[in-house]
Amino acid sequence: MDTLWIGVIGTSVIAYALKFAGHSVPEKFLSHPLIKRINLLIPIALLSALVAVQSVTTKSAIVIDHRLAGLGAAILALFFKAPFPIVVLSAAITSAAVYNFF
Amino acid sequence: MSRVASPTFRDSLSVSLTVGAYGVAFGAAAVANGFSVLQSCLLSLLTFSGASQFAVIGVIGAGGGAISGITTASLLGIRNGLYGVLMAPILKVRGLKRVVAAHITIDESTGVSLSQESRGESAMREGFWLTGFGVFIFWNLFTLAGALGAKAMGNPSAWGLDAAVPAAFLGLVWPRLKNTTDKFLALTAAVFAIVTTPYLPAGLPIIGTAVIAIIAGVRKAK
Repeated sequence: MDTLWIGVIGTSVIAYALKFAGHSVPEKFLSHPLIKRINLLIPIALLSALVAVQSVTTKSAIVIDHRLAGLGAAILALFFKAPFPIVVLSAAITSAAVYNFF
Repeated sequence: MSRVASPTFRDSLSVSLTVGAYGVAFGAAAVANGFSVLQSCLLSLLTFSGASQFAVIGVIGAGGGAISGITTASLLGIRNGLYGVLMAPILKVRGLKRVVAAHITIDESTGVSLSQESRGESAMREGFWLTGFGVFIFWNLFTLAGALGAKAMGNPSAWGLDAAVPAAFLGLVWPRLKNTTDKFLALTAAVFAIVTTPYLPAGLPIIGTAVIAIIAGVRKAK
């Protein structure tokens, strides 16, 4: 089995296990304020890291290319409170334009 | 057809449609990152949690191993467990119903349900089930459309798909940045991930930022 399949199955199994566990544990077990706060902060850190890695790195090198232009467009769209599909679309169009015409 | 007119039904349907449509971005991104159409669809059917799905395709697509991808995705999936803790006392379901309820316990079903609080507990349950099933149906249909579309397109860069992935992550994190601590954490994590990429094995620069988040959470508690 290759990396992709292990990723698909492993992610799915653990994702479901986490969901089901939540429905099965006593409420006070996870409602500690510190756990709640860290739970809000972890997605922020991981998603920000993913934004960074996906826009300016390729394998193990820092690479500045068309993707950064796309990210700039996405930031602009978010500043104007654009909905999610517009954010993604403006990034894609800008990046594709830079890739194809420069 | 009084149900159709119910505000809970309308809330659920509008959330299901808008969020489900993001599935196009996921399907396209998954294929652009080397996953097959089948694998992309299975992720939406079985993992059924947007941020985790984007994470696993993002990490593995960037050259990370399966373990790095699964770990990042699972750290993002912890919050669904916490939603379950909130929803269980409202839903009060056992057996097969609980097995199904767990699968559709995500940001949107929990969010809509909690937003119905003023309309009573039965509206909260209705919001949870309608939104959960609604997002599930649209998310999976749109994933298939996105994956097939991306497969037909060929070179992902020529269509801007390689920029669509970080933009999707940005769209997911943006609404979460509510105060200075959040924004500072986001910037710190981004800088850490970029700076360590040349030195750490792929995936670790991302997972490592979870530690930064924990430190930030503990420090704020003091």
